[in-house]
Amino acid sequence: MSKFHVSTTVNGDTVEYLCDPRETLLDCLRDKLNLTGAKEGCGTGDCGACSVTVDGRLVCSCLMLGVEADGKQIETVEGIAEGDVLHPLQQKFIEHAALQCGICTPGILVAAKSLLEKNPNPTEEETRYWLAGNLCRCTGYDKIIRAVMETAAELREAS
Amino acid sequence: MALDDRKSGFTFVGTRPNRPDGLDKVTGRAKFGADISAPGMLFGAVLRSPHAHARIVKIDASKAEAHKDVKAVVTRADFADVLFKPGLEGEFWNVLENVMAGEKALYDGHAVAAIAATSALAARDALKLIEVEYEVLPHVTDVDKAMATDAPVIREGAADYSVPEGMHPNVVRYHDSGHGDVEAGFAEADLVIEDSFVTEATHQGYIEPHACLAMLGNDGKGELWCTTQGHWIAQKTCAALLGIETSQLRVTASEIGGGFGGKTTVFIEPVALALSRKANRPVKLVMTRSEVFRATGPTSSASMDIKIGMKKDGTITAAQGVFRLQGGAFPGAPGDMTAMCAFAPYNLTNVKQIGYDVMANRPKQAAYRAPGAPMGAFAVESVIDELCKKLDLDPVDVRLKNAAHEGTKASYGPRYERIGLVETLVAAKAHPHYSAPLKPGQGRGISCGFWFNHGGETSVSLALSEDGSAQLMVGTPDIGGSRASMALMAAEVLGIPYENIRVTIADTATLGYNDVSHGSRVTYASGLATIKAAKHAVEKLSERAAAKWGIPVDAVKWEDGCAVPSGPNAGDFDPMPLADITADMGSTGGPISGHFEATPEGAGVSFGTHIVDAEVDPETGKTSVTRYTVIQDAGKAIHPTYVEGQYQGGAAQGIGWALNEEYIYGDDGRLQNSIFLDYRIPVASDLPMIDTVIVEVPNPGHPFGVRGVGETGIVPPLAAIANAVSHAAGVRMRQLPMSPPRILAALKDNG
Repeated sequence: MSKFHVSTTVNGDTVEYLCDPRETLLDCLRDKLNLTGAKEGCGTGDCGACSVTVDGRLVCSCLMLGVEADGKQIETVEGIAEGDVLHPLQQKFIEHAALQCGICTPGILVAAKSLLEKNPNPTEEETRYWLAGNLCRCTGYDKIIRAVMETAAELREAS
Repeated sequence: MALDDRKSGFTFVGTRPNRPDGLDKVTGRAKFGADISAPGMLFGAVLRSPHAHARIVKIDASKAEAHKDVKAVVTRADFADVLFKPGLEGEFWNVLENVMAGEKALYDGHAVAAIAATSALAARDALKLIEVEYEVLPHVTDVDKAMATDAPVIREGAADYSVPEGMHPNVVRYHDSGHGDVEAGFAEADLVIEDSFVTEATHQGYIEPHACLAMLGNDGKGELWCTTQGHWIAQKTCAALLGIETSQLRVTASEIGGGFGGKTTVFIEPVALALSRKANRPVKLVMTRSEVFRATGPTSSASMDIKIGMKKDGTITAAQGVFRLQGGAFPGAPGDMTAMCAFAPYNLTNVKQIGYDVMANRPKQAAYRAPGAPMGAFAVESVIDELCKKLDLDPVDVRLKNAAHEGTKASYGPRYERIGLVETLVAAKAHPHYSAPLKPGQGRGISCGFWFNHGGETSVSLALSEDGSAQLMVGTPDIGGSRASMALMAAEVLGIPYENIRVTIADTATLGYNDVSHGSRVTYASGLATIKAAKHAVEKLSERAAAKWGIPVDAVKWEDGCAVPSGPNAGDFDPMPLADITADMGSTGGPISGHFEATPEGAGVSFGTHIVDAEVDPETGKTSVTRYTVIQDAGKAIHPTYVEGQYQGGAAQGIGWALNEEYIYGDDGRLQNSIFLDYRIPVASDLPMIDTVIVEVPNPGHPFGVRGVGETGIVPPLAAIANAVSHAAGVRMRQLPMSPPRILAALKDNG
């Protein structure tokens, strides 16, 4: 099967790759662009470890084909920090120990950032439902929810 | 081991610094199992049996081998029991048989062949070219049916000496223990309750599938990178299965995306090595989620009978349990652990427990957080709850009345040293949660739980740098922040800042053997070894200072990161900081390092008490956990935030096990729910905040008093939630998970 040429933007950088039409965006990010921050936990869109945004919309990159990324703006966990300055969510996750093994962390950070961009003042329930597509098996979510809500409060205060 | 250390007055221990690997993990640059590649790398894929039980008549891989993208195909014929006569025995043979089927496929998902090809897609496509002829055999997946006279035999001769005569060949180990006279005890009771319980198999559900990158040459030298809880056991096992020398295989543990016991053995690693050897190229092999569910190590399913007698004042007069555990198509189900843990929280005069290890056509079970203990606690604590209800007694008071304490003869034999069960119960009784009012439709449950904890072989090395910083090498993969705990303990001994210590999980070529990160042993055993290694370095630092001062070494002591004269008679010298000693260590005797190797045996058993509120919707049968409190003895919390995290994580997994999670097999013996959509683990919107209380009753077997905390947290939830649900629904729940259909059925049966 012949491969398709894809030109897209990832974390602000213009990138190109050749991909088989069966390969997912996640495969392309990880295997062709060496952006291994997004993880494959299930391959069926159930765990959210592969979360990225495409033109600002939160998606599971395992459910999107690599060819569909052509001309799009992709944001991954690697693009959350600005230079050496961590995003407040990243800082708060470290301070709150909102990760244990850390495999779900990239997806949860991408999803949480997306939440705060849409809703700067989420309730606990809204936060829990927004992150319901991101499985974490280590933490019981307690410290994750607290880290996200505290970041939201700090960002509101700062703005 | 003589340990004469302090248990209080810490500078670093008990603080909550940021973890050293935090930055890597929030930026996506931490390297997990599948995040690595090598020049010339091939991609592997595994062909798996679609049958629960079948004889493998023939495997024809010629079409696959002829394909231009395929560089190697392996089957059982490529492993050591064939290539290197007389072959393997014991557990190595079981593991080999599990990672690549021999004469029979023993469960749905059992590996029968594997391919290495030039791309992941090519490997997956080429699997379809392998032709396998099966002769399908009768199968059994249920534990009680597997013990019945007419059950299909999984493997003749697998039973060991412990199994009584006349049992079905699928019963492969038997455990029987206890003390006193249970019949006499039951006769003394005012009320005896006898009941039966069932739990289904669950999976650890780590989010990271198994993944590895293997390179093995025909010179017998290899490199393996893999996600594992223990790279030395991976090294030893892979070397045995491949027929090479252990030391010639260097294994590096990746960052690990959860394990919970499920990554304490090997599955794909020997297969990737065999493919690599055949292709003479590096091979990357990554499991899909479906492969993880079908072909790694879920926990056992269980069927249990409990009988407990109680006096009107709450005294337990006798307790008896029979625990039948299904462990897949190999020996190993922890029926003995279930039996030994079930009554361990209580001070009993008369107790008897029997455990069975039973084989069935399912994947070989692996450890899952306190393996075997949660099921037994579910059954036992449910009966205690029912006794409390019938005798109108407070469930915490009854547990306090019967609680084990220092000196109690444990149900499984030894006498307890200092333990903290009573303290957790007192804290439960005093906790606002226990006296908070319940809403209509809600119920409250409590349960105690016990786990042994483990020491295990441990080797640690600490090297000081000229600038006074330290690098610490430990051999236990860090699953939940243990590098932070190690650095805190080293800082405490050396007296240098936490930030000046770099902790690395060393590969197998760098340290001596380290047992797996299991048994809640890491903070205990690697922590103890870290403290000892740091003390070893301090001894050498003190020697150098003594030499500089020209006084005997016993006239020097170590205080706040400095050598100081031990008293006025030792001489009048200014404190000499660590960095001043290391600065010229090259010319004062050479590099300064500390080492420690041992098998520490004072792990210190662990107890917890959980309080749960649950609400049951009588229309749908759905249960919501509305409030949850974990109270557990940590001995000494080195990094309290990560201790809380262990408590919360254990509770969350217990909630999943109690309410949702189960392996569902069809009549055809195939697993029907092998993706996260159908095997539903708790999501954020399913759970409340999980409150924690850290009780600290120091473990006499650790220099700082540490008890492991990883596993005990999953022992009480099943029972505590079942008790809460039973109170909320007004009917005793005897089978897990308490999924909505089961609750509706129970409500209906109850009228």
